[in-house]
Formats: sequence, C-alpha cells, structure tokens
Amino acid sequence: MQVASMHFRERAHVKLNDAVLQGNLRKIKGKFVAKRLAAIGEIEDFEATREAGRAIRQRALDDLDVWLEMFERNAGARGATVLYAQTPAEINTLVLEIAARHEVRKIIKSKSMVSEESALDHAIEAAGLTVVETDLGEYILQLNDYEPPSHIVGPALHKSKEEVADLFHVKHGTPRKTGVEELCLEARGVLRQHYLTAGMGISGGNFFVAESGSVVLVTNEGNATLTTTLPRVHVAISGIEKIVPTLEDVATLMRLLPRSATGQSISNYVDVLTGPKGEGEFHGVDHMYFIIVDSGRSEILGSDVSEALRCIRCGACMNHCPVYQNIGGHAYGWVYPGPIGSILTPMYVGLENALDLPHASTLCNQCGVVCPVKIPLPDLQRKLREREFAEDLRPWHERTGIKLWAWLAARPGLYAYASRLGMRMLHRRADAHGMIRRLPFGGGWTDGRDMPAPSGRTFRDLYAQRQRNKGVINK
Amino acid sequence: MRVGFFVTCLVDLMRPSVGFAALQLLEAAGADVVVPASQTCCGQPAYNAGDRADAIILARKFVGEFEGCDYIVAPSGSCSGMVRTHYAELFADDAAMLARVQALAARTYELTDFLVNVLKVKQVPGTFAGTVTYHDCCAGLREMGVKSQPRALLATMAGVKLAEMAECETCCGFGGTFSIKFGEISSRLADNKCQHVANSGAQTVVLGDLGCMLNIEGRMRRRGDTTTRVMHIAEVLAGPTADAPG
Repeated sequence: MQVASMHFRERAHVKLNDAVLQGNLRKIKGKFVAKRLAAIGEIEDFEATREAGRAIRQRALDDLDVWLEMFERNAGARGATVLYAQTPAEINTLVLEIAARHEVRKIIKSKSMVSEESALDHAIEAAGLTVVETDLGEYILQLNDYEPPSHIVGPALHKSKEEVADLFHVKHGTPRKTGVEELCLEARGVLRQHYLTAGMGISGGNFFVAESGSVVLVTNEGNATLTTTLPRVHVAISGIEKIVPTLEDVATLMRLLPRSATGQSISNYVDVLTGPKGEGEFHGVDHMYFIIVDSGRSEILGSDVSEALRCIRCGACMNHCPVYQNIGGHAYGWVYPGPIGSILTPMYVGLENALDLPHASTLCNQCGVVCPVKIPLPDLQRKLREREFAEDLRPWHERTGIKLWAWLAARPGLYAYASRLGMRMLHRRADAHGMIRRLPFGGGWTDGRDMPAPSGRTFRDLYAQRQRNKGVINK
Repeated sequence: MRVGFFVTCLVDLMRPSVGFAALQLLEAAGADVVVPASQTCCGQPAYNAGDRADAIILARKFVGEFEGCDYIVAPSGSCSGMVRTHYAELFADDAAMLARVQALAARTYELTDFLVNVLKVKQVPGTFAGTVTYHDCCAGLREMGVKSQPRALLATMAGVKLAEMAECETCCGFGGTFSIKFGEISSRLADNKCQHVANSGAQTVVLGDLGCMLNIEGRMRRRGDTTTRVMHIAEVLAGPTADAPG
C-alpha cells in the first residue's frame, strides 16, 4: 500500500472537515467502547487475564526463532509448506508462484492486513489473475476502486449504510437496497459463486500455533471458513510475530481478543486449520501454504519498541483513541492506523516517511489501559520521538523551542527573570474576558482557541513577597 | 511532616492563585510546607518531545531540590505523574541516581490524592455554591489513580452539587506541545469536551491540571461561552485565598 503518512496533518484536516465521515465516526465511537466494557465484565479477573495474555505474547517473542522452527516442523509434518517473505514484494512473488504452480486463475481472499502491506491484490491483478475479497468490509473497499481500509478489524467502518447502498447499486447494477440485511444478502449472492470457482483461497492468520503447526482464524462472517476450505489451495499469510507456543495459549488469548475487539465473548467463527486434506478425508484443501512475513518485524524485535509486536490486532487502541475517534483511520496514511499504527508504520515504512505519527497522540494512555496484551503504547511513541529528536528529524523551530525552554528551566535565576518579563507582556495582551485572541507564532493554539492570559506575576515572585511580609527568609 | 510543594511551571506562570489555593489546603491540613525557590519545571515537555538529555538534566535538578522532603506534592496529575512514573526510566542506566529517584517517586503525590490518602482531610476551608462537573485529567487518572479523591473532597462541601458529564475520562486534547503541533485536532477534542460540559448542565467545570484548564477554557471562550467557569480543584476547595492575586 502506498505510504501517505508524511501528510498526516493535511489528511487529518480534510477528515475533520468531512461532514459525512464525521457523522459516521460519531455513530461508531461509543459502540465499541461500551461493548468492550460490558464484555470484559464477564471475566471475573480481566486484569489477571490481560497479564496472562501479555506473558504469553512476550514468551513467544522472547524465543521467536525456537517457536518458528517448531511451527515449521509441525506444519511440514502435517503436509503444509512453510515459506518466508523477507519483504512485501516477496509476499506477492510467492503468491504468484504458488498460483502458477497450481494453475490458479481466480483467487478469493478473506481479510489479511499483511497482504495490504504488499498491495497483494494489485500484484495479482497485474499478473492477469482475478482476485475477490470476501470479507464484507474488504469487498466494499475493493468494489470502491480499492479504497484503503480505515480500521484493522472493520476496514470499511468509515462508511455509512447509505454509502454502501449507493455503491452496490452502481457497481452491481441492482435496484438500490436500504436495509443492512438486504445489503448483506446481496453481497453474499455475489460472493457465493466465487467460492465455488476460485482455485486459491488466501487468508490472514490471527495466530500460528507452534506445537501443532496450525493457523487460527478469528472471524464473524464465515467467509474465512469458505475461503480456506472450498478452493484447491489455501495460502495463509501473516507476520512472524503471530506465533504462539501452544493451543492452550490460544485459548487464553481468545478470552481477550474478541472481547477487546468487538465486545463479543467469542467471535462467530474460530477456524483452527492444520494441514491440507489427509488421506481419506473429504473436507479441506489439496495444498496448504504458509507465508510467514518479516518485512521489518525482526528489526522491531531487536529495538526498544519490541513490545509492539505483542499486538494481537484487536483494534481496541484505535477504538478508544480520542484522536482516531475524531479523524478516522485514513488520516494515518497506511495500513495500520491509530496508536499501534503510530509505532508500526514508522517501523515498517521508515521513520522519515512517518515523522508525525509518533507525535499524533496526546499520550493520554487510554490506548495503553485497554490494550489486552499491555503494550505501553505512549511509552513506545515516546521512544520513537526520542529517535527523531536524536536524528535531527524534527523541524528546527520545535527542536529550538524545547532546547531553549529546557536551557532556561535549568537556570533558575535567568528563568525567573525571563518568565517575569514574559508573563507581564502576555498579561497585557488580554481582552476583557482575560483571553488572548491571537498569539504571534502561537497560531497552532489560537487558530482554534483563545489563550487564557497569565495573571501577570509569577507564583514564585508572589510567594517570595509573601514570605518577606511574614518575615520568613525563603528556603 | 515536611511537604515540598512543587508549584509546576504552568501554575507558576499562568495561575499563581492555584498555587496559593493549594498551599492553603496543605497548611490548613497541618502540613509544614516548603517551597524550594529554585524550582522550575519537572522536564516533562522535553521528555515528551524526545529530548531525553534535557529531561535528565531537569529531573536531576528536581531531585536535588526535593529529596530532602518527606513528601512532594504538586497541584497536577501530569507533573506528579512525570516524577512518580517516568523519572525512573530516565535513570535506568545509573544505579545510584535510580535509587534516589525511586525513593523520591514513591513520596510524590498529586494534591487531592495527598489530601485524602495521606493527610486524611475530612473538611476543606473553602465554600462554594453551584453545580460542578469534574474532568478527569489523563495523567492524574491513568498514572496517579486520581478519580475518587477530588470527588470525595467536593462531597465535603455543602454547596457543591456534582453533575457528571459524559466521557469525563476522555482526553481534552491538550497533550502538551500536541496542542500546538496539532492545533486543529486538539481544538476538536477540546470542543467535544466543552459540549459534554455544556450538556451536563453544570455552571463550572473543575479539574486538576493547568494544561487541560487552559485548553478547555480557551476553547470554551472561543465558542462564545463566557459564563461557564473553569476552575482548578484547589481553587474550589480552598475558596478565595488572601495571598492569591486576582
């Protein structure tokens, strides 16, 4: 997917002023939050489960090489082929090679965010093959000329029912439907035929289970089950970090994932797929492949933001992020929006291509407290800010401003003098309500707000005066 | 009990009255308050900007100024949170300094938390009449566990009626330099907050951090609301103080 993260500020501006989007965002905003809250209440000790989830994911990352080898061994023993992609381009190459090997002309896909990283659909089409997205959200986006996803769980969340109705009407050439159920049925009618005629099904992978060589898929529409069982070939694509040691671990993580994501106790479907159809078995694919993707992940693993790899892609951080709630996912300019995207995007596409993302947060830590695997998201954003600062990647005025402030604050005498002068000057700019309407060089603040003017004298001056009046020498 | 009062840079510069109100609350509760004269800033702006070197310089300065105190109290969840939850990380590679910082961090409190949980305050000097709503500032809430403390103190005041607003725990959009770097997003978040305050029916929004206070008040006035008051919790609890300038 094309990276547009350098234009975060401009994109956010557009989104903030998009009335239709703002209406859609308002509708979904409270829903996720309330549903999650109700769902985590079902677990007696949710915090303990969170801690268990954190530990499971961390254990997997700590010995990732060991678990990957175990996975490869066990998946191989069950007849699947395990392949590795170092770069996004390699994902596409591998998929096309597999398609060629099995003479596949049509490919169906259930949701895979990793395949968005490599723009796999475009590569498939460029090779002259047909690809059909079967996740309803992804299908809507594909139909809308490959509009990028705006959320990792609900890729088309930014769209209203009405927009989808218009889209189906135009693209399907059918009478315009209005009800959600009618629209779903229409999409199902279109998609069903593809399941039966596709040679290959591509899925993502919520978890790769080392002890069994299985891939676990967590979905709500049933499309992943069809995608991974009806065609002759199944290719599961996911990152190296998605490995978990045992099925028992998956059980624990499944107590966290649907609850944190959609507020469900359990998703409608959980597929655990292990190897192709065996001797004498009736259901399943003839050939099963895993494409395990690095593409920047091993670099994160060895860095000071490695905890980001614990992510199980529930989307709770973005659902609860006040910034995301107000600008939506497209503003972030790449596959992964919101707080986790503010870490992953700079790491995957290069910090210099996403300079604003680590700063696009108030550090309110709402994301950190809802993360089911306890990723300290604000701390990681700060780590990337430190890297930007150290590498001179911030604008000069920002760097100079901070440096000057810190320099002054380290010199109390000078600081007292400068602040006394500065506050007196600012105080004089106040209007009748004590507000400053416009500040030179402070447009970032005063374009949208007044600046309450300072009282005029600093606390330290007034306090020193009070102590003198009391006959106390200030300590 | 020697209580070191960290006034915080924003209170010092913008609203000294908040500092005096906090002092009054601490002194009324019997604390022996000292105010180190050389104090300036805890270093959080540098820390959050990624300027680690300067954050360390200012953290060292802070530790030197306050470690002689039994407790350190600030009228801010954000600044006390910086000391209690972030200072240690700055000195992870400096064992001697780390020990000093950890000892100091454990004794550092947000004002209302200190009043309720250490000084066991059951009544406050101020009087106030009216309906208020409380905005939970992010760092106070999520770093310092400040939620019930200000409400418990407000509940001791006969004239105060608390009307909770929707999303009282959602960030107002301040975020330090975020408010300037991403002014448009920040203003939108503040706007949402103002709307929730208005919907609560309260005439006063009370909170515990100057940053949020400036942000919410600034947006409120720009929206044309010149009557709803934005007050720091210390000012409500202490009432008008003799030392405070207007």
